[in-house]
Amino acid sequence: MLYIVDRRKNPTGKSLGNRQRFMRRAKAQIKRAVENTIRSRGITDISSGDQITIPGKTLKEPGFHHQGRGGNRNYVLPGNKKFVQGDRIARPQGGDGGSGGSQASPDGEGEDEFQFTLTRDEFLDIFFEDLELPDLLKKSLKQTTAFRTARAGFSVEGTPSNLSLVRTMRNSLARRIGLRRPKTAEVRELEEKIAALQAKAEKRPNGKLTKADDETLHTLLADLEEAKRRMKAIPFIDPIDTRYNQFQQIPDPNTQAVMFCLMDVSGSMSEQMKELAKRFFMLLHLFLHRKYEHVEVVFIRHTSRAAEVDEETFFYSRETGGTIVSTALEEMKKVLVDRYPTDQWNIYAAQASDGDNYSNDGAKCTALLAEDLLPKCQYYAYIEITDEREAEIFAAAEGETALWKAYAPIARVNPQFALKRVTKAADIFPVFRELFAKNRAEVGQ
Amino acid sequence: MSSKTKSADKLLFTSADWDFETLKATYDAIEDIAINQLKLDVYPNQVEVITSEQMLDAYSSIGMPLMYHHWSFGKRFVRDDVMYRKGYQGLAYEIVINSNPCISYVMEENTIVMQALVIAHAAFGHNHFFKNNYLFKQWTDADGILDYLQFAKGYIAKCEDRYGFDAVERILDAAHALMDQGVNRYSRPEKPNLAAELERERERAKYEDETYNDLWRTLPQSDPGDQDMDELKRKMRVEERRAQFGLPEENLLYFLEKNAPSLQAWEREILRIVRNIGQYFYPQKQTKMMNEGCACYVHYAIMNSLYDKGLISEGAMMEFIDYHSRVVFQAEYDDQRYSGFNPYALGFAMMQDIHRICVDPTEEDHKWFPDIAGNNEPVETLKEAWAHYRDESFILQFLSPKVMRDMRMFMINDHSTTPHLEVAAIHDDNGYRKVRRSLARMHDISVREPDMQVVDVDIRGNRQLYIQHTEHEGVRLEKSEAEMTLGYIGQLWGYGVTLQAVDYESGEILHEMNYQPEDLAGN
Repeated sequence: MLYIVDRRKNPTGKSLGNRQRFMRRAKAQIKRAVENTIRSRGITDISSGDQITIPGKTLKEPGFHHQGRGGNRNYVLPGNKKFVQGDRIARPQGGDGGSGGSQASPDGEGEDEFQFTLTRDEFLDIFFEDLELPDLLKKSLKQTTAFRTARAGFSVEGTPSNLSLVRTMRNSLARRIGLRRPKTAEVRELEEKIAALQAKAEKRPNGKLTKADDETLHTLLADLEEAKRRMKAIPFIDPIDTRYNQFQQIPDPNTQAVMFCLMDVSGSMSEQMKELAKRFFMLLHLFLHRKYEHVEVVFIRHTSRAAEVDEETFFYSRETGGTIVSTALEEMKKVLVDRYPTDQWNIYAAQASDGDNYSNDGAKCTALLAEDLLPKCQYYAYIEITDEREAEIFAAAEGETALWKAYAPIARVNPQFALKRVTKAADIFPVFRELFAKNRAEVGQ
Repeated sequence: MSSKTKSADKLLFTSADWDFETLKATYDAIEDIAINQLKLDVYPNQVEVITSEQMLDAYSSIGMPLMYHHWSFGKRFVRDDVMYRKGYQGLAYEIVINSNPCISYVMEENTIVMQALVIAHAAFGHNHFFKNNYLFKQWTDADGILDYLQFAKGYIAKCEDRYGFDAVERILDAAHALMDQGVNRYSRPEKPNLAAELERERERAKYEDETYNDLWRTLPQSDPGDQDMDELKRKMRVEERRAQFGLPEENLLYFLEKNAPSLQAWEREILRIVRNIGQYFYPQKQTKMMNEGCACYVHYAIMNSLYDKGLISEGAMMEFIDYHSRVVFQAEYDDQRYSGFNPYALGFAMMQDIHRICVDPTEEDHKWFPDIAGNNEPVETLKEAWAHYRDESFILQFLSPKVMRDMRMFMINDHSTTPHLEVAAIHDDNGYRKVRRSLARMHDISVREPDMQVVDVDIRGNRQLYIQHTEHEGVRLEKSEAEMTLGYIGQLWGYGVTLQAVDYESGEILHEMNYQPEDLAGN
C-alpha cells in the first residue's frame, strides 16, 4: 500500500513563527550586531539584508550534560595505525580530533557564535527601531518636477513630421468612398473596354462598329469622362483628412536625487563624531532612497581645503589642517554646476561639523549658502556634533560655535535650511525626524 | 545472473528525472523485494514529496511535520538556512516519521536513483525497525503521535494567546532544558491517547487549584521537638517523606509537573507535552546506530536485488554506490573529518557482518557466535536482532572481532590524573572483549547522559528541592550549563534548589550548587 502525496504546493514558511520568536528572543544581540554592521557598512548598501553574527550566549539551550573531559573515562576510536596495548600517548591539547571521547553537545553545534541572515525588511525594522520612529517614511517630500513628452491624441494641425499616416489615410478613404470618387481600377477598366471596342471597329471592313456597339462605346466614353472629372474634383488626400500626432509636456516627478555629504575632517573631529555623522548620512540616504529611484552620493570633506573623495576616504582617512568651511561649499557649488543641473536633479545636502571655522570665513559661507547653494537645494541640513560634556556647557552658557553663529540667521529666512545639534547616537533620529517634520509642515500649508 | 542480459524496456527508469508514474513503479518493485524477498513487516507507507525549503522547515522542528512554535526551532532554522545556502551543508535526502502510516519525506530535487534509495532506506528499512523494535513498541504509539502533536501545537498556541508569549516561552525553555531528564527509563509509560489526554487536561484544569494544596496539607505535622529527634526517628521521617513524593525520582519533569507547588494548570500541561515528546524520541536515541544500520542493510540489499533483476541500469547502480559509500564512510580518529563513530558506518558494517556470519562463517565466528554462525538465515537472524536489542546490547552481543579489525578499533583510557592517555586495548585477542564492552558503554544512554534524581524536599523548612547527580568515575557536569539548568528547575519549582554531586562508589557529597529564587533571597 502506498500513498504518494505531493506537498510541494503546500504553503512554505512553516517556520516563520519560529523565526519570529527567535528574533524576539535574540533582539538585543541582533540590535547590537546590526549596529556593528552599520559601522562597517557603506552608506549606499545599508538597506540590503545582511548576515549577522551574534554571540550564542542567551540563545544557549542548556541541559545537564557531562563535561567533555576530566575524570576517568574510556572510549573507543576507529583507525588504529600503530598503537599496541599499553602505549602511552601525550594528551592532545585543545581537544581536537584525538580526544574523540569528547561528546559534542547533543545537536552537535558550537555555541560560541551564531550566524544567520537577516532579510532586508528585518534589517530595516531593527535599524529604525533603534532610532525609535520608523513611520516618518510615509511623509511626503517636496519634489521638483521635470517634463516628459507624452502622446496626447491627434490634432488637425501640426508639422508634417508629426503626420499620422494611418489616421489621415483612414479619413481620406472614408471621404473618397462617401463622395464616390472612382477608383483607379474602375477607370482603367473603362479604358480597356473602350480600347477593346475600338480595336473591334478597326478589324471590321468598314471600320465602323455595329449600332449596338457604337452606343456602348459612346456610353463608355461618357462614363470615362465623368469619372476623370470626378477624380480631379475629389482629391485623393484633402487637407481636411490630415491628422497629426499630438504630444504634450507632462510634468514628471523627477526620480533622481543627489545627496551631498559635507564633513569637516580636521583633527578636532573625533572618530565618535564621525560615527554620528555617518549615521545621519545613512539615514538621509535611506530616506531619499525610498523616495527616489536613483540616488547619487557625493562626498566632500574639508579641512582648510576641500575635495571630493570616495566614501572610504571620507570616513576613514585622517587629515590635519585648519578649518575653512567655505572651501567645501565652493567645492559643492562646483560639482553642482558641473554635474547636477537643477532641472534634472533633486539636490539634498547634509553638512556635519563640530562647528569650528576659520574666524573670517563666516561671512563667505553665509554668502555662498544664501546666494548659490540654497536656491538650488531641496534641503540643506547642518548637523553640529558636539561632545557630550561640551553640550552641557553650551546649554548652560548659550555658547555658540563660529559656524552656528554664521548659519543661524540664514535658517530664519530659508525654510529649506535647518540646523541641529547632536551629541549622542540616540539624538540622531529625533533630530532627523524634526528636520523632516519641518519640511512636511511646509508642504501641508 | 542470467538476468544480466538486460533489455532496456525492463528498466524502471532510464533518465535521472522522476515523475509520479516512475516513482510509483519504482516503489512497487522495491516493495516486492522488501515484502516477498526480505519479508519485512512494515506500516503502510506514505511518501510525501517536498521542496528543499520545506525540508528546511521540517528539519528545524526536530523532523516532525507538526510542532508547536518555539524560538529554538527558529534558531535551528536560521542556522541551517545559512549553512545550506552557503553550501556548507547539504540537506538530508529524507526524513522519516515513526507513525502509522509511516511518513517519509523525499525532496523533489533528488534523482530517481536517490528516490529509490530513499524509499528502500526509509519507507522499508526504518519503517520495519519502527514497527518491530521492542523499545518502539513499548514506548511509542505510532498510531497516535500525529494526533498528539496536533493537540500539543494547538494547546501551546492557545496558551500563547491567553497568557502571552513570554510566559509560555519561560515554561518551554525550562522544559526543554530538562527534556533529557524527562523520560521514564525503567517503568513503562502509558501510551498517550488523544481522547484521554483531552479529558485529563480538562479534569486537571478543573481540579488543579484544590488539589495542589492537598500536597502540603497531607504532609506530616511539624514537630516542635524536631531538633532533639533521635537519629532513628529522623530517618523514618525521611523515608516517609520520600514515599510521599515517590522519591527518588529520575524523571525530573514528571516530578515537577506533579509536585511543583506554584505552577498553573496550563504550565503543568506544557511540561507534560514536552515530557511526552521527549519520551517519544527516547527509543530513537537508544537505537540510532541499529536503526541506521538496519535501514542501510535494507537499502543495500534492495538496490542490489533491483540491479540483479535487471530493473535498474549499471549507471543507476554506480550512482547508488556513490551515494551509499558516502553515507557509510567512517573517518579515522586522526582525520580532520572525524567526529565520533558514524552510526551509519558502524551499523551497516555490523549488519553486513552478521549476514556474513550466517552464510559464510569462519573458524573464529563459530567460536564467538555459535548460535548464529552458518545458520544460513541471515535476514531472519537480523530481524530477530532488530526486534530485541538496542545499540548498547546489540554491540555487546554482536560486535565481532572482524568488524573491530576492519575498523581498527582501539580503546583509550583517559584518566585526568595522569599526564598521558593510555591505549587500554586494541583489536587483538587480548583486546576484543574490552573494546567491545567499552564501545557498548559509549552507546549506553544511561552512561552517556548524567544520572540525575530528585532525592528530597525540605517540606518543613524552606521547601528546598534536592537534586542529586551521581558522579561516575569523576566525570562532572558541564558547570555553566548545569547552573543555567538549575535556574530553570528553580523557576518551575518556585523555591530554592540544591544540586549535589555524589560519588557513585563512596556515596559522599563531592560538591554542591545552589539556586535561590530572587524574591526569596532577599528575605
